[in-house]
Amino acid sequence: MMHGIHKVRLIRKEVARDIVFTGFPLKTCGNDRQKQSLRTVILGLDPGIQTAFNFNTKRTKALCVLILLFSILVCASTASAAAIADREILPNGLTLLHTEKKALPMIRVVVAIKAGSIAETAARAGLANLTADLLNEGTVRRSSKEISEAIEFVGGSLQTSGGADFVTATLSVLKKDMDLGFDLLSDILLNPVFSEQEVNRRRALIKGSIQQQREEPGIVASKAFMKELFDDHPYGWPTEGTEETLDAITRQDIVDFHKEYYAPNNAIMAVVGDISKDELRAMLDRYFGKWEKKQIQTRRLPELRPAAGPRVIKIQKEITQANIILGHSGIARENPDYYAVSVMNYILGGGGFASRLVDNIRDNKGLSYDVHSSFAPQKYGGTFSVGLQTKNQTAQIAIDEILREMNRIRTEPVSDRELDDAKAYLTGSFPLRVDSNSKIAGFLISIEYYDLGLNYIDNYRQYIEKVTKEEVQRVARKYLNTKDYLLVIVGDLKKTDLK
Amino acid sequence: MILIFVSFPLAAHAINVQEHILDNGLKVLILEDHKAPTATFQIWYRIGSRYENIGKTGLSHLLEHMMFKGTKKHGPKTFSQAIQRIGGMDNAFTTSEYTGYFEFLASDRLSLPIELEADRMKNLVLTNEAVLSERDVVIEERRMRYEDDPQNLLFEEVVAAAFKNHPYRWPVIGWMSDLQTLNPEDLRQHYATYYAPNNAVVLVVGDVKPAEVLAKIRDAFGRIPAGPEIKAVAVAEDPQYGEKRVFLRKEAELPMVISVYKVPPIHQEDGPALDVLSNILSGGKSTRIYNSLVYEKQLAFSAWAGYEGMRRDPHLFYTGATAARGKSIEDVEKAMLAEIEKISKEPPTDQEIHKAKNQVEAAFIMEQDSFYMQAKLIGSFEMIGGWRLIDTYLEAIRKVTAGDVQRVAAKYLVPERRTTGVLIPLEAKK
Repeated sequence: MMHGIHKVRLIRKEVARDIVFTGFPLKTCGNDRQKQSLRTVILGLDPGIQTAFNFNTKRTKALCVLILLFSILVCASTASAAAIADREILPNGLTLLHTEKKALPMIRVVVAIKAGSIAETAARAGLANLTADLLNEGTVRRSSKEISEAIEFVGGSLQTSGGADFVTATLSVLKKDMDLGFDLLSDILLNPVFSEQEVNRRRALIKGSIQQQREEPGIVASKAFMKELFDDHPYGWPTEGTEETLDAITRQDIVDFHKEYYAPNNAIMAVVGDISKDELRAMLDRYFGKWEKKQIQTRRLPELRPAAGPRVIKIQKEITQANIILGHSGIARENPDYYAVSVMNYILGGGGFASRLVDNIRDNKGLSYDVHSSFAPQKYGGTFSVGLQTKNQTAQIAIDEILREMNRIRTEPVSDRELDDAKAYLTGSFPLRVDSNSKIAGFLISIEYYDLGLNYIDNYRQYIEKVTKEEVQRVARKYLNTKDYLLVIVGDLKKTDLK
Repeated sequence: MILIFVSFPLAAHAINVQEHILDNGLKVLILEDHKAPTATFQIWYRIGSRYENIGKTGLSHLLEHMMFKGTKKHGPKTFSQAIQRIGGMDNAFTTSEYTGYFEFLASDRLSLPIELEADRMKNLVLTNEAVLSERDVVIEERRMRYEDDPQNLLFEEVVAAAFKNHPYRWPVIGWMSDLQTLNPEDLRQHYATYYAPNNAVVLVVGDVKPAEVLAKIRDAFGRIPAGPEIKAVAVAEDPQYGEKRVFLRKEAELPMVISVYKVPPIHQEDGPALDVLSNILSGGKSTRIYNSLVYEKQLAFSAWAGYEGMRRDPHLFYTGATAARGKSIEDVEKAMLAEIEKISKEPPTDQEIHKAKNQVEAAFIMEQDSFYMQAKLIGSFEMIGGWRLIDTYLEAIRKVTAGDVQRVAAKYLVPERRTTGVLIPLEAKK
């Protein structure tokens, strides 16, 4: 009732200064995937990019759309100087990362496959997500029900999750159920059957969740924002697709997509927990021995379109608050300015109660409960956005204040105190980001996918410590734009005072 | 199957909490765990919406927000900044039973949160201006969570209808009209009454040496005098005489139905069986409600059951579902009731019972992956009657039989205990 899986289903009657599992996390129960991703987002955010503070259900849901998939990837960085994992490339091309942790008799495995929505076409948007979604809905040896019965009987979990850059399959089991866990994990990755019946079931459920999202203003706003910003680039369409594109996907599309991209040389496996190297080798021999290398084609992605002039999208909804997103394109994860941007964004609106946006808009003016800025970097680009909700009547004041703060950090140097505080938090909170098996597993996937190296732990600290006031201002000028921005407002427009 | 269950390595992973009570009544619970070099420090006050009064709902939660506004010694806006400066995170939460504050940080830095929490237990500065401004923030929070979220709003309506005289009927965040009139004096009184060492519990979980951390806690909190004894609020819900029904008509996409049933809490006799019942109905995709409503009949996009047992007083067992496209919410409700009837008439299978128990036991171990979740577990049992109930609870879960599950379903999931709410979506106005 109050443990793990059960907890997620609970109606938590809890409200908080600015966080936590409040309200109604149940609405996604028909669709386990979303439920899981909510948790992932909560555990994996990088405080340098998106403060780990302002979690609330609504926000978190909106974030799922914005940064769902690289939730685990941006988490990045740890404290210990010892190698965080052993890394090896297996003969079949699989990149394997292993950390043995014996404190608890449990094992967590995350397999990331580079088969996210960047590998699909606009006309089949949602194909990558649907393929991942269907992995645990039936294999050559097991029906959908047999899979869920087997894993749930031992109190474990086996979840898959879609995304833009890659998709994941995540296993959690007690050590005594290690064999069963690896068996199931390998079965769903290697032998899914994608029966017509299951395809239609899951398609209907995903369409249901798309319909449900239309009742959530934060998600409506973020979808409009991404679509306008990325245009015909895959980052612009929702990973789950749209009702129309989902209808266009055939079973054969899914079978072909799986055949093309689900290969060991296109995957990263992170294994963390009470499992020795020998035990892991035995598991891989037994259950992944037949996974064979394939030739993978990479799709060419369209160029990102530069912005010109402010654009405003207004969406009418009869609600009490205006849900506002103001932003523009951001940076890719591998951009060397990532670290200076992390410091700058912490000061602007990523640092929770230490940030200027919260201080101004929430603490001083009482305009909004949740106001934050974030850079959400992905492999091939990213977004910058400021998000808030305020009563319809104060929408314009809030927008003016966002622009004022963006302008201020571009034109005036930050104070020594602000700089020192941001750096102290970003480096000092390292240990919190890798203090559990599940966080370590997510971290390993991210450092591998973004090629950050096993010594990233030490490098991160050095990169952050090197950031100067001048650099903060330089990246603010370079990556914040108070003219060519995109503004999305979802609210009761006639009640707003929008110019 | 039985072997699998019995062989659980649980005993080796029981949690070893150390309990101390300072002279001023402050209870300190410490759990030493060195698997990572971090720790969480938390202080929970035994005050939440259950203790509030008509016209003043939401007071506990607003006070929680105000606790970050500064003391005589540490000025406004400094609390979170100070914690973040040492690489920590901090936050707070309010429920019907308690208000909790926590910091989460590298374990060699605990002195600061201890000092800051001790300071704000008694020295909070509540200016009129800050209260009124933060009240606006909470009003925005309420708009976001309830006014603009039809599903949450339905839940709020159903709970409000289910309880007629118990304070559980109002939401923790408070009613909008109450929020608009809460005043600084209300907050000062609430703070003076409930924020005292004898009404609080400190929790420390993580990479700490208990003796060292206890000494620090004693130094910081020991000299705060105990407050006057806090009057227990004894309230009981009067009987219900028949099913209640509410409707919510609002711009929304999916019709939804929620039914709640009044049930005893986890620490009373039938609690553990109700918990197992909720797992058998809704413990994942392999269990009854998902299987029947979502998978087989394809009537619902989502469907669930849950047991809210972590309360001092009897609370609710609930079921809910959203209708799939083209399906009527009436049919969804009927299918849900059919599942309830089935388990009230026939006991679950052994396989189902074992699965439900395995899930509780495995989750108990897996949750120890997180210090924060361990502290929450200890704290929430402490707030409803004592942290030692954790062991009692696990023991009781192991003893639940198929017959018990059927019996509690037949006893509690009945129309006389039920309140049902239906969300009827209105078309968006153009």
